[in-house]
Amino acid sequence: MWGRLSLDALPHDMITIGGVIGGGLALLAVIAGLTYFKKWRWLWDNWLTSLDPKKIGVMYLVVATIMLLRGLADAGMLRAQQAVFATGDGGPISPDMFQQVFSAHGTIMIFFVAMGALFGILNLIVPLQIGSRDVAFPRLNSISFWLFVGGMVLINLSLALGEFSTAGWLAYPPLSELQYSPGTGVDYWIWSLQIAGIGSLLSGINFLITIFTMRRAGMTLMKMPIFIWSVIGSMLLVVFAFPILTATLSMLSLDRTLGMHFFTSDMGGNPMMYINLIWAWGHPEVYILILPAFGIFSEIVPVFSKKRLFGYTSMVLALMAITILSFTVWLHHFFTMGAGANVNAFFGIMTMVIAIPTGVKVFNWIFTMYRGRVKFATPMLWFMGFVVTFTIGGLTGVLMAVPGIDFQVHNSLFLVAHFHNMIIGGVIFGFFAGLTYWWPKFTGFRLHEGLGKAAFWCWLIGFLLAFLPLYALGLMGAARRLDSYDASLGWQGLFIVAGVGLLIIALGVLFQVVQVGYSIWKRRELAVGADPWDGRTLEWSTSTPIAEYNFATLAPVTYRDDFWEQKHRSDIKEPVTLVEPIRMPKNTSLGVVVGVLATAIGFGIIWHMWWLVLIALGGAIVAVIATTLQEDTEKIIGVDEVVATEKDLRGVKL
Amino acid sequence: MSKPRLLEQKFLDYKTSTGFWLYLMTDCVLFASLFAIYVVLQPATAGGPSSNEIFSLPMALTETIILLTSSFTTGLALLALRQRNVRQLIVWLGVTYVLGVSFLTIELSEFAALVGDGHSWQQSAFLSAFFTLVGTHGLHILIGLLWLLIMVVVIFKKGLSAKVTRQLGLWGLFWHFLDLVWVFIFTVVYLMGAAS
Repeated sequence: MWGRLSLDALPHDMITIGGVIGGGLALLAVIAGLTYFKKWRWLWDNWLTSLDPKKIGVMYLVVATIMLLRGLADAGMLRAQQAVFATGDGGPISPDMFQQVFSAHGTIMIFFVAMGALFGILNLIVPLQIGSRDVAFPRLNSISFWLFVGGMVLINLSLALGEFSTAGWLAYPPLSELQYSPGTGVDYWIWSLQIAGIGSLLSGINFLITIFTMRRAGMTLMKMPIFIWSVIGSMLLVVFAFPILTATLSMLSLDRTLGMHFFTSDMGGNPMMYINLIWAWGHPEVYILILPAFGIFSEIVPVFSKKRLFGYTSMVLALMAITILSFTVWLHHFFTMGAGANVNAFFGIMTMVIAIPTGVKVFNWIFTMYRGRVKFATPMLWFMGFVVTFTIGGLTGVLMAVPGIDFQVHNSLFLVAHFHNMIIGGVIFGFFAGLTYWWPKFTGFRLHEGLGKAAFWCWLIGFLLAFLPLYALGLMGAARRLDSYDASLGWQGLFIVAGVGLLIIALGVLFQVVQVGYSIWKRRELAVGADPWDGRTLEWSTSTPIAEYNFATLAPVTYRDDFWEQKHRSDIKEPVTLVEPIRMPKNTSLGVVVGVLATAIGFGIIWHMWWLVLIALGGAIVAVIATTLQEDTEKIIGVDEVVATEKDLRGVKL
Repeated sequence: MSKPRLLEQKFLDYKTSTGFWLYLMTDCVLFASLFAIYVVLQPATAGGPSSNEIFSLPMALTETIILLTSSFTTGLALLALRQRNVRQLIVWLGVTYVLGVSFLTIELSEFAALVGDGHSWQQSAFLSAFFTLVGTHGLHILIGLLWLLIMVVVIFKKGLSAKVTRQLGLWGLFWHFLDLVWVFIFTVVYLMGAAS
């Protein structure tokens, strides 16, 4: 009945028990609060079953923020171990737990923080920027979100029941095979990623079709905001890379559950095939995250420089070039595998080639600022920080693209420093910039500038302190994922500096939490209008707060920055459009149902509870069939209601 | 139907079919990964049987002919749909269904015979890759048949609504796509396997 699940699955060591109790209490407090204030109905109707991309986007960001705190706590444990306990005889963290923590840290940060924040921002911004009222497939969008939540639930459940993978964030076989990892950890890893990954894949299809078919009339491809171009690149990569992940995870799971031999070290299995496949997904994944960050900066720099973007066409070409090139470099993650000098040389050169379009973009941003009236608001600070850190990271990347050098620093802390340089200094800084920039559009008030700047400086200084020492340590021979080293190596000082850096980053996060809380408290003083930054793109043209239907009328656009031209040119008149009834999708519980059932399927497979798998699978099939047969899925917002809402939100009469 | 409503339906058709094409491309990448792994692992027999010892070409050819014929009858069904001829539509969908079921039956009997001879997916990396690649295609066929069955029930109950018309079009794409994948399986797994 319970498969592999028994009382032994409960946690034994104090740190995990503490984490579980803390998390459990927080969850209980939320449940109690919702019950006490009788907010369940409100939560269900307004958020959980909503198909409004703006609300789904906010939910993504909430989940990503909670996961950021979890990932940060994991990082804190790793740093504490390496800075304080690694030279002695152990500490509070056992080697086995240390391995679980670094595996969880990487997995959570990429899949549930970066990807969550990415899809959060896409949901909020894409429909608005292309002047649309919705995404192409609103129900699918809700399903994607709930699959993401399902994956998130599984990865956190591994704390309370069983264990997490000890095989690193990409679970290389043969270590991740049954022979060497017989527990439930790798299965948690597989099914958490599988479920969230399918959600991402569906989102990729959804956003591409949204952009290709639902742009405002007149917005030709070369008139799209550059952020939308970056999303096209990123989503193309999702669509072509995530199926590889799905296939690879399935095969690893078949090895572990049905006794197959894809990647085992015996019976003809080929572990190197796994490494090829996982990086054929994994390298594009990096660009899936960074391209939208590029897009965000390309929106922010022109607005805060009061100039139009320098070199729009070259920017588009650079984005598309990076999209294509990112599929041709995966082997640089394992030059040491022994594919031969010529193969390594090819992938090394392709890797260096990527630096060219990326360099083009950096110069375009700088030229946009040149002779502009640059305003150093918080989003701009994140951009400046990004240029510095990203360039350092890019240079070390090009360095490692040389196979000979890579042999020296492969799997060392030098590599760890490099990719944190790209992910924190590139992706995370970009997302923070975007969130600060777009915050007032969705809330009606700005985030407090002073606290935002304090957070930025903490992040920047903390980041440099935390990761520059790792470059040095890597060159000195420190491998990644070390839980102990000999004191005579003299590494401890640098590890302590890195630990201090992490504390400063944590202080930055604290500033951000305080910033959000304080800004909500002082929202009347920080209140702004619908277009606080003198924006250029369509999202700033609608009211704040934004009506459910985004735009009351869909006037065609003529120019690239149509809203900017409308505002600043006297020779063009706003086209007159009539208000018409608007169709919007009705709420549906399908997403929640599919998410719960997918989690149950994953849980059943992890613990070998096959009856649960069958029931949940049957339930999911029935749910999908039942909802596809459903007829009455749309509601109509009448002209009177639109006019009343617009009057209410903008104080204007249509 | 009013004119704006008609335009809306057209847009919905366009949006959904574009989305479905994109989904098919993702499925294509999934199969490409499985093909890649199959080609790499095919020589990895680990002392078990190799591909030319266990595959029966006549059986694979029968499967191929059945599946190609089902693609043809799918085409006939979609033609009938275009002429709004419900009776013909149902007949051709029925024929397609029977062909699909027989394809799946042959495939499963092949699997059963292999497992019966002791050549299950646990025996070697080659057999793991074989069962997974061909089985994934079979699973898609099963889903296609289930989808078809539901649509026929809906046609009987509600007639040819705009929704079911659109679904039939998508299902046709799906079925042809599976046919195409099978052509590759027939070539790479069976023909090249028997020749090696």
